[in-house]
Amino acid sequence: MVLRGVNLAIHEGECLALVGESGCGKSMTALSILNLLPSPPMEIRSGKILFKKQNLKDLTETDWRKLRGKEIGIIFQEPFTSLNPVIRVGEQIEEVLRIHSNIPVGEIRTSVYRLLTDVGLSDPERISEQYPHQLSGGMCQRVMIAIAIAGNPSLLIADEPTTALDVTVQAQILDLLFQMKEKFRLSVLFITHDLRVVRNHADRVAILYAGQVVEEGPPEKLFDHPQHPYTEGLLESLPEFSHKGRPLYSIPGAVPSPFAPKKGCAFAERCPKVENKCRQLEPDLNEKNKGHWVRCYYPSEK
Amino acid sequence: MLLSVRKISKTFPVSRGLLGNPTSFVRALEEVSFDVEQGRITGVVGESGCGKSTLGRCVVGLHEPSEGSVWWGGEDLFKMDVRKRRALQRRFQMVFQNPFASLNPRQKVREILFETLEVHGLLGANERISFTKDLLEKVGLQTGDLEKYPHEFSGGQRQRIGVARALVGQPELIVLDEPVSSLDVSVQASILNLLAGLNRVQKISYLFISHDLKVVGYLSERVMVMYLGRIVEEGLTAQVLQNPRHPYTKVLLAASDGKSVPVKGEPPSPVNKPPGCSFHTRCPYAEKRCFEETQELAVVDQSLKVACWKWDHL
Repeated sequence: MVLRGVNLAIHEGECLALVGESGCGKSMTALSILNLLPSPPMEIRSGKILFKKQNLKDLTETDWRKLRGKEIGIIFQEPFTSLNPVIRVGEQIEEVLRIHSNIPVGEIRTSVYRLLTDVGLSDPERISEQYPHQLSGGMCQRVMIAIAIAGNPSLLIADEPTTALDVTVQAQILDLLFQMKEKFRLSVLFITHDLRVVRNHADRVAILYAGQVVEEGPPEKLFDHPQHPYTEGLLESLPEFSHKGRPLYSIPGAVPSPFAPKKGCAFAERCPKVENKCRQLEPDLNEKNKGHWVRCYYPSEK
Repeated sequence: MLLSVRKISKTFPVSRGLLGNPTSFVRALEEVSFDVEQGRITGVVGESGCGKSTLGRCVVGLHEPSEGSVWWGGEDLFKMDVRKRRALQRRFQMVFQNPFASLNPRQKVREILFETLEVHGLLGANERISFTKDLLEKVGLQTGDLEKYPHEFSGGQRQRIGVARALVGQPELIVLDEPVSSLDVSVQASILNLLAGLNRVQKISYLFISHDLKVVGYLSERVMVMYLGRIVEEGLTAQVLQNPRHPYTKVLLAASDGKSVPVKGEPPSPVNKPPGCSFHTRCPYAEKRCFEETQELAVVDQSLKVACWKWDHL
């Protein structure tokens, strides 16, 4: 089991950051929402995915085509592999507009240029004639953002959108993404492994561990007063200049295998505060303070 | 001085003409000079294409610089005879970025570690086993791991094998090229702790190459910031991180905190570098002079060097 009872809610115009290390189920959550799970072997065993009060699990593939790319936009990690290498980028944006909007054919080009300008690419006439390999990684990711917002979505799912980019470019793409969020009043599900990025941009943060949300709350609470020992461990393992000369905390052990789930809390094996109770029965996600949820019997007192 | 690098430049051909003669070049390194003292950690930070990996490879002799010289403990690396260089090589080792590609999948850990011992004719057959077992424990693996293949390990454990391989020859300097960038934060922390411990206990020096200013800042005593083949700022980590002088260092620092940055665009291609200061195309403070004059690295304050004429009024 890759995901085990994940509950998430994203409100209108809100950015929820889903944070976790490799193998925790972040991307699988995104793919489940989009009905893009590699199936078989994967399937959603139970639960509901509600989008504007509609259960997405009831949709047919035809319904999905009207929703995905229009109501829900997607940005993946690798801009080079997500764009089609043999189609000019302008046409790739055009395709979305042709399928998902009712812009008259004669005005589609103008809309493409406007979108390219919106995502910060000057000289849109020239850019739209280029192939992905002629653009840099940052420019490709801007094109991806243009494609994602072309259908005028209300929800944007960004799966590690800046991980493949250089740090200075990363900062620019994040700025752009959050400008677009404000401008088009988008709700964003922002998936990342980078805790530092989350702090400045997200409205709420959910920490995922072994397919479960272990802590959720507003970033300032979660970062300054982490409750779950896993969140605490992650934050303490971040290298900082001020921490120089002292060893970093490193969480002992490894992530449990999704093939052989054990009883009790999934973090018990690696937890410095583990008690007998933790090995017996899995804790529920409880509201510790207003809006701050934690899945632990012995949350931090800080 | 353990390592001295003097004005090295490296040029690679990027395209060739009909007869295979190179027609265009990339200047990956331009007149880079620095020293590494015994037992010190020197960090190199910069974005992709800034020449940091080329620098690391020149330092251990995997690339020969087009100009300039590299000195290992007072000897010119590229002028010494082959036998001498081979003997010295074991004291200058390297750990690579990708722990999945840098270990031979068909060699057991024992074979990987024995290779250095065999090449240099170190230790007798009996001592080799106990020596490598000790080494594995030192890097946080188990003695039983000697008979395993790389695929049986996780990314973090493989990087420990990479470190163990570098340690076999009892080196004085290890060049670490992005050793933690493919690892999750909690694993990254354990590798950084291992490296810090080896430096403290065994006094091994590192040239620590990374794109991550946080990691470099945590581990290194000195930092060199590179942009398009040149060092643009160099100094004690405290100086550089707490009071960065070069506009590019300021940008990197803001970006590594997840803050927005005042630059536009991406680093220009090293094949087609802008004239003058190569950062002028993205620099928020650029003036006419920056377009015209190349900025040399100059001492501005004791051991701090900056390649920007405006360093004092930014």
